[in-house]
Amino acid sequence: MESMATRDAYGKALVELGRINKDVVVLDADLSKSTKTDGFQKEFPERFFNIGIAEQNLIGCAAGFATSGKIPFASSFAVFATGRAYDQIRNSVSYSHLNVKIAASHAGITVGEDGGSHQMLEDIALMRAVPGMTVIVPADGVETKKAIFAAAQYVGPVYIRLGRPKVPIIFDEDYIFAIGKAAVIKEGSDVALMATGIMVSEALKAAELLQNQGFSAAVVNISTIKPIDAETITKVAQKTKAVVTCEEHNIYGGLGSAVAEVLVENCPVPMERIGVKDVFGRSGKPQELMEKYGLTAKDIVDAACKAMARKTK
Amino acid sequence: MDEKTLAFLKDKAKTISRHIIEMTGAAGSGHPGGSLSAADIITYLYFKELKIDPNNPDWPERDRFVLSKGHAAPVLYAALAERGFFPVEDLVTLRKIDSYLQGHPDMKRVKGVEMTTGSLGTGFSTAVGMALAARMDKKDNFIFVLLGDGEIQEGQVWEAAMAAAHYKLDNMIAILDYNGLQIDGPVSEVLSPEPLPDKWRAFGWEVLEIDGHDFDAIEKAINKAKEVKGKPTMIIAKTIKGKGVSFMENEAGWHGSAPNKEQVEKALAELS
Ligand SMILES: Cc1ncc(C[n+]2csc(CCOP(=O)(O)OP(=O)(O)O)c2C)c(N)n1
Ligand SMILES: [Mg+2]
Repeated sequence: MESMATRDAYGKALVELGRINKDVVVLDADLSKSTKTDGFQKEFPERFFNIGIAEQNLIGCAAGFATSGKIPFASSFAVFATGRAYDQIRNSVSYSHLNVKIAASHAGITVGEDGGSHQMLEDIALMRAVPGMTVIVPADGVETKKAIFAAAQYVGPVYIRLGRPKVPIIFDEDYIFAIGKAAVIKEGSDVALMATGIMVSEALKAAELLQNQGFSAAVVNISTIKPIDAETITKVAQKTKAVVTCEEHNIYGGLGSAVAEVLVENCPVPMERIGVKDVFGRSGKPQELMEKYGLTAKDIVDAACKAMARKTK
Repeated sequence: MDEKTLAFLKDKAKTISRHIIEMTGAAGSGHPGGSLSAADIITYLYFKELKIDPNNPDWPERDRFVLSKGHAAPVLYAALAERGFFPVEDLVTLRKIDSYLQGHPDMKRVKGVEMTTGSLGTGFSTAVGMALAARMDKKDNFIFVLLGDGEIQEGQVWEAAMAAAHYKLDNMIAILDYNGLQIDGPVSEVLSPEPLPDKWRAFGWEVLEIDGHDFDAIEKAINKAKEVKGKPTMIIAKTIKGKGVSFMENEAGWHGSAPNKEQVEKALAELS
């Protein structure tokens, strides 16, 4: 299976976007080789600004660009882009609904060896809590490119969460991405696996394992976490009557919380959450960490069985 | 400094540099460049300067050292192990899933690590807090902190600098690892913080400029800093990123990539 890191797809998409839209400017904070904005820098040096190791200033400058008709994409690691610069995101960008795109890489535990200080597991929660912020977590390289183009078209603040490791390509080029739309990528009737980001391919693997055990699992890609697609989530839950959410994020405040909010108001069904259970990460290889923190296809299968067992007969 | 001490420190710095290569080589990731540039400074601190006791890491009267440029964890771990805080054999477990030696310093996991760092700029503020507390408790210890020259682009650094001067923290000694490089290239090209001595002086600090690979100069500067009254001291130490390994010296690319087997051998040979 072909694979590609979502950050690489971001870097490529930025260059293409830059060619067709002269208002796009890119800002980085001394991580352009890691966030992959260096490609844009090479082709459009006059529209690229390295702000240095100063994430608060990075977001502040992006807000200023947005007031002047530019479409700024600001990049750093997720932990610094959202954590260090939270006040600038809240008060300079979102409070005035400025047209700033924050594309942050190295989210989640798959950062690997750098360890817990660098493994951002709270960014979805933080960004989701900011009024007016759109939150997108692409599942693969194809969706990343489409999300970047959609974000540039949309007017308003957008947070795009990107990863470090290569992940399988799930979608083909005619996949339709729309902000706020969840996609049912596999139909099923016994349980719904609702996943985001790199966990979508893990959920697809889990659905296969469940199939072998005689269960029919639906897989839903929830790439826009905010605004959440309540309609699709409710429709699928009504059919399967059991849900598992899957995210490479703290179980508090992320996809699991967003889906739980939808279900409790519209269609309460048994639900289990796959995610990091309110602890910080640690150093290790990405795959080892996925196992340690219970984020593998097998963990999803176990959670699915638990959710199905809780269905009222 | 007498010749025996100088020879001892030079030898120790080499041992620590070798550990840095072996650790990052074994881990397959990590930050050799900025660890090597600080090896001489860290060696001087841990083997000549700091009042610390490996058998009593929480000794209340101890000096403190904060590695604000936390990505240089390998040099800190190597010094701590050589100083007896934990077994030298453990160094090569760096960054492994079962190791307590995290990619960035973690005070809860490693004896002798005074502050958890890795997010640049954060360590410097915590050092100011330590210095304020030490003065409150009428201690006669010193708080040392090492910063990177890219790191000082963080606004937090200048907030802390202002506070340290305002509170006249003469028990605080900062050292700048002035190696001229950050990740995206030369600091002067990415985003210049110059003129540095003037800036630190304008912020109310005593400023000393030295060669960060000259043990005599390091000693003189630290001794002088300890005599300064009524303000904190910044020692701007000119260093070479990747120091001691010919193919790593002054190469930004070695900031955050590990040497492979061959490169480890080549580097170790140069450091023998
Ligand atoms: C707040 C924050 N932003 C970004 C990073 C990523 N990062 C790690 S090291 C580094 C460059 C540091 O350069 P410098 O301070 O000069 O370190 P040295 O050359 O001594 O290794 C960056 C940007 C970080 N660790 N923390
Ligand atoms: Mg530097």
